[in-house]
Amino acid sequence: MAGILVVLEQTGGAWHKMSWETLAAGQQFGQALGQPVFATVLGQGIGALAAELGGKALAKVHAIEHGLLESYTADGYTAALAQLIEKNAPSLVLFPHTYQVRDFAPKLATRLGQSLVSDVTRVKIEGSQITFIRQLFQGKLNADVQASTAGPHFASIQAGAYRAEDLAAGSAAVETFTPQLDASMIRQKPEPPFRESARAVDLTSCDIIVSVGRGIQEASNIPLVEELAQALGGEIAASRPICDNGWLPMERQIGSSGQTVSPKVYVAVGISGAIQHVVGMKGAKAIVAINKDPNAPIFELADYGVVGDLFEILPLLTEEVRKAKA
Amino acid sequence: MKIIVAIKQVPARDSQLRIASSGTWIQEDDLTFEINEPDAYALEEALQLKEKHGGEVIALCAGPERAASTIREALAKGADRAIHIVEENIAALDTLAIAKLLAAAIRTESPDLVLTGLQSDDLGYGQAGVVLAELIGAPHATIIMQVEQTEGGLRVKRELEDGWFQWVTMPLPAVLTIQSGINKLRYATLMGIKKAKTKELKAIPAADLGAAGVAIKLAQVYLPSRTKQTQMLEGSAKEQAVKLVEKLKFEVRVL
Repeated sequence: MAGILVVLEQTGGAWHKMSWETLAAGQQFGQALGQPVFATVLGQGIGALAAELGGKALAKVHAIEHGLLESYTADGYTAALAQLIEKNAPSLVLFPHTYQVRDFAPKLATRLGQSLVSDVTRVKIEGSQITFIRQLFQGKLNADVQASTAGPHFASIQAGAYRAEDLAAGSAAVETFTPQLDASMIRQKPEPPFRESARAVDLTSCDIIVSVGRGIQEASNIPLVEELAQALGGEIAASRPICDNGWLPMERQIGSSGQTVSPKVYVAVGISGAIQHVVGMKGAKAIVAINKDPNAPIFELADYGVVGDLFEILPLLTEEVRKAKA
Repeated sequence: MKIIVAIKQVPARDSQLRIASSGTWIQEDDLTFEINEPDAYALEEALQLKEKHGGEVIALCAGPERAASTIREALAKGADRAIHIVEENIAALDTLAIAKLLAAAIRTESPDLVLTGLQSDDLGYGQAGVVLAELIGAPHATIIMQVEQTEGGLRVKRELEDGWFQWVTMPLPAVLTIQSGINKLRYATLMGIKKAKTKELKAIPAADLGAAGVAIKLAQVYLPSRTKQTQMLEGSAKEQAVKLVEKLKFEVRVL
């Protein structure tokens, strides 16, 4: 078995931007392992997308074309990719860690008798030994994960772990692969994607965001955070559990299922720093973390850290901000 | 509808974690454990589906002896009975190996629906439901925000990225992974806790379900190293607030 296969994601002819990060990662691993790198994309009428991949430094592009792959389904994608992998026998298969990948890649790995190493933040290659680094316990710990089978090995790469800018251009032949698919194999019937309602709040253009997490304990404490946001002239945002509880509207959620922001300053109040939240805010120019737990993962990202009781600190901070602006 | 909910017991959310001497897992002796929060939402969804459509809810958990307390809680909340696959060394198993144990138990029950949380708060692979679906040959959908029963199957609302959603229909039996926040969690009532003691909790040694090898293993676990130089602002709360405002004014320049 040889070669790295990178599975890219497209919807309706548009690339998922994490595809490029994963492809760049694949190129780097290929170089370190001395193995060729292949890319694949699935769909119907994807000639233009495949041709674009043909302009990258790759050994070959596999365009998986089939009418039954026009809309994504876990059953369709799994069957098609399993056939490509069985035919080409790569040693490593990489995916961007997207919601779609989370929906089918574990199934694909299972079909081939393997376990997917999901949400990988870094890969270490020493000789032929590959070590996948990923977070455990919501980012409190890291783990080195190694495969104990001959392969193929499967891994999905976290958003932002590798840089799309590092992608090397080149030229690669495009080969069309037609999987053997039958409508009866596909049990999920997807309807067109939709959005609940237009977002009233666009946090992506905010310079100052004060974001609140579980540490706030109760809905009745939210005004403490609102006052700080107001004093700073910023917007209030939240981690998922706060919106799940209905303490703030869903449209103020930051993270993988909410908005991705890069303000001048992001003040994280009582937020531990779970991966799902961090992917939505790690692009901030400056990060302030206020948390009672000095070991909270948020402090790994923070430029400024305040360990303490937020109920004590927030009113004082709001007061000082008002004074500074007066 | 006969529903199986796969639940996991994990260390309590605020636990201070320490690395075990083996270097491949955490010290568990002094920790308290609770239900994996996403699985609590899956259990609640199962209970609500039963209340609406009738049927039975079976809690299924693979874990050491200590997991029995979490299973009892599921029974107290309203699950009709439970299956505990007893495996003391669960931390050494990968998703595939654990899912194989769960699948073996599920096959003997032939449920209409299997629910589980979208991921665990400890390992966080986010795969058990999808792997289970492949093992038992059922269709699945992940990160589900709403479940409707239709003639001959289900119509479910999947959460996509960036505020997008999608409805998907599929026949039963099926497997769904449930997104946190889909419903409002209930507390166990005193009556529920009392009744739970009389409900069936079947313990099956993992070895009875066949030994499973692992495809991936944790070679080492460790505290992450700081990648950034964090300026920690010390002192009293007042001093911390004053220092932070100075930083915001003169370094970040947003005031």
